Amino acid sequence: MFETAVFCVFGAILLFAGLRVITARNPVHAALFLVLAFFTASAIWMLLRAEFLAIALIVVYVGAVMVLFLFVVMMLDINVERLRAGFWKNLPLAVAVGGILVAEMTAILAGRYFGAMPSTEPAGYSNTRALGGILYTQYAYPFEIAAVVLLVAIIAAIALTLRQRKDSRRQDPGEQVRVRKSDRLRIVPMKAESHDPSRAADNAPEGANK
Amino acid sequence: MSQMPNFFPALPEIFLLTSTCVLMIVDLSAKTIRRQRTYVLAHIVLLGCAFLTYYTTLDVVSPRPIYTFSDLFVNDLMSGWLKMAAYIAVATTLVYSRQYLIDRGLMRGEFIVLLLFALLGMMILMSANSLLTVYLGLELLSLCQYALVALNRDSAASTEAAMKYFVLGALASGMLLYGMSMIYGATGTLTITEISHRVGVLAGNTGDRTLLVFGLVFLVAGIAFKLGVVPFHMWVPDVYQGAATAVTLVIASAPKLAAFAMAMRLLVNGLLDLAVDWQQMLSILAVLSMALGNITAIAQTNLKRMLAYSTISHMGFVLLGLAGGMVNGNLLNAGDAYSSAMFYVVIYVLTTLASFGMLLLLSRAGVECESLDDLKGLNQRAPWFALIMLIVMFSLAGVPPAAGFYAKLAILKTTVAAGQIGLAVAAVLFSLIGAFYYLRIVKLMYFDDASKSGPVTAHADMRVLVSVNGLALLALGILPQSLMALCVASIKAL
Repeated sequence: MFETAVFCVFGAILLFAGLRVITARNPVHAALFLVLAFFTASAIWMLLRAEFLAIALIVVYVGAVMVLFLFVVMMLDINVERLRAGFWKNLPLAVAVGGILVAEMTAILAGRYFGAMPSTEPAGYSNTRALGGILYTQYAYPFEIAAVVLLVAIIAAIALTLRQRKDSRRQDPGEQVRVRKSDRLRIVPMKAESHDPSRAADNAPEGANK
Repeated sequence: MSQMPNFFPALPEIFLLTSTCVLMIVDLSAKTIRRQRTYVLAHIVLLGCAFLTYYTTLDVVSPRPIYTFSDLFVNDLMSGWLKMAAYIAVATTLVYSRQYLIDRGLMRGEFIVLLLFALLGMMILMSANSLLTVYLGLELLSLCQYALVALNRDSAASTEAAMKYFVLGALASGMLLYGMSMIYGATGTLTITEISHRVGVLAGNTGDRTLLVFGLVFLVAGIAFKLGVVPFHMWVPDVYQGAATAVTLVIASAPKLAAFAMAMRLLVNGLLDLAVDWQQMLSILAVLSMALGNITAIAQTNLKRMLAYSTISHMGFVLLGLAGGMVNGNLLNAGDAYSSAMFYVVIYVLTTLASFGMLLLLSRAGVECESLDDLKGLNQRAPWFALIMLIVMFSLAGVPPAAGFYAKLAILKTTVAAGQIGLAVAAVLFSLIGAFYYLRIVKLMYFDDASKSGPVTAHADMRVLVSVNGLALLALGILPQSLMALCVASIKAL
């Protein structure tokens, strides 16, 4: 009974935070509400006695991902007015569609209860050990696929963003070592300079006329 | 738990993953813009995969599904033959897109690597026996596709298409996951074979059935997005048009096989006891797709966009095949229905390869073959390729000697056998409407004067492959039995 009450409170906070993420005017506030949503979700996991997952959610998402996200949001100069230009125009339709969806979904599922209460575990039961136990045995295959998905994400991110800068003054040592005399030294064949002062004097005005 | 899983059935996947990683490293030392070495290696990798798939799956006496990795992975005849088709499609894609990519400076190692990883995603999807592996395979495939579309990063159209594809794809993934969570909540398991056992028990109970159908709606939405059928088709025309033609070819061909496999795994393998419900949904999606696809395609002047709408209508046809499995609670028609759908998908992929291959063949450095006008008078410039294009268009329209006719006929036959006369009539009517815009291309090629001059210049390997591809459509149209037998055997062994 107490757990149900706590769940309802957390559920309400989670819904509120989720709504505010998409309605907050300021993107920084939206990111902060997302942090709140993650926190509440991890609290609900805690209620289900999935302590490791709850901690992981906070450490990974709140600690690392969201902080980076906040930095990016603060760095970007987002024009809030332009971003929200279509908001009020599209709001009635969005609310109507969303409202119908929610109403239909509750109508179908209302009153039915999943009944998936957490089983009581003996003392000394380690959530983390159980998770690690099946992650690397029973679920090794999807675990590997998840690793490949991350690899693809890395390749894609590099392929899409890496550009050779035009003004880069990067040195290529290999090219420097391979250099040959003919690459650097240019021999220009010229006539020998004359040291006859009279000829030089004759030539000078001619050159000036040209 | 302590014993090692059986790695043997997954040899092709393991080989592809390791060799793609090696390929990536080899590509680092590529010197020329043509990337000859990476290109050849990719073909060797595909050949190796084909050999391994044959060796592990198809070369067995009694075709029974083999499960491994704690039942998360399944290997059966359907996955084997679909994988074979995917290797052929990817290899053909590589040959077709090569010169186009080199001309546009897009022939980068990432293209080949992402293409191979996308293939890995398709293979995982085809062999998935768990909601978890279905989702992961789908994400792997989709991520590669988003990145491939965006790879042409100097083009605003490509970037916009990639953005749209990504956002809508994320939404579809969310819906699919939500549906999966509902199914998991109702059955308490992720393994598809196990789900099908438990659904059989639960489906009789009204309360549980409501929950299952509720989840099913979202699953169907996710599948429909992947196939690109109405009303989840918004991304198809924009992405087909915006992406570089070579990338469009990647997206339009092999992934459709994977999407079909995903539908078979989730709906037929997992939720066959709910067939009454999902067949209704699929019929509606099918009719809407055929209507919207065929009618909108008429108004298009951009060839890629027209082919995109034609894709939508063809995928509607596939769904029609899937929707005819269960009749009055018995599954007598199921074998015919699903194998005709599989046949249709394979023929569709073969035809798409030929049609986009032709667009790539007619494009040169700085010249895109994109609009209908570019095909004007093709018969004067290159009579042989005009003939091949004629076969391709006949196949798409469903005109008798080409393979598309037999594929459509097989689907219509099962639809009529399932007692869905209305659906069959609608399908024929919309195909007739569709025939207009395919035949318009034939008219442009043969009866109009060329707006461009000059012969078609393309490499010999591409000319040969396009010809083989087009003639294969003709051959399969005249002698469809062998491919049909493969499809029937695959579905029977499920």
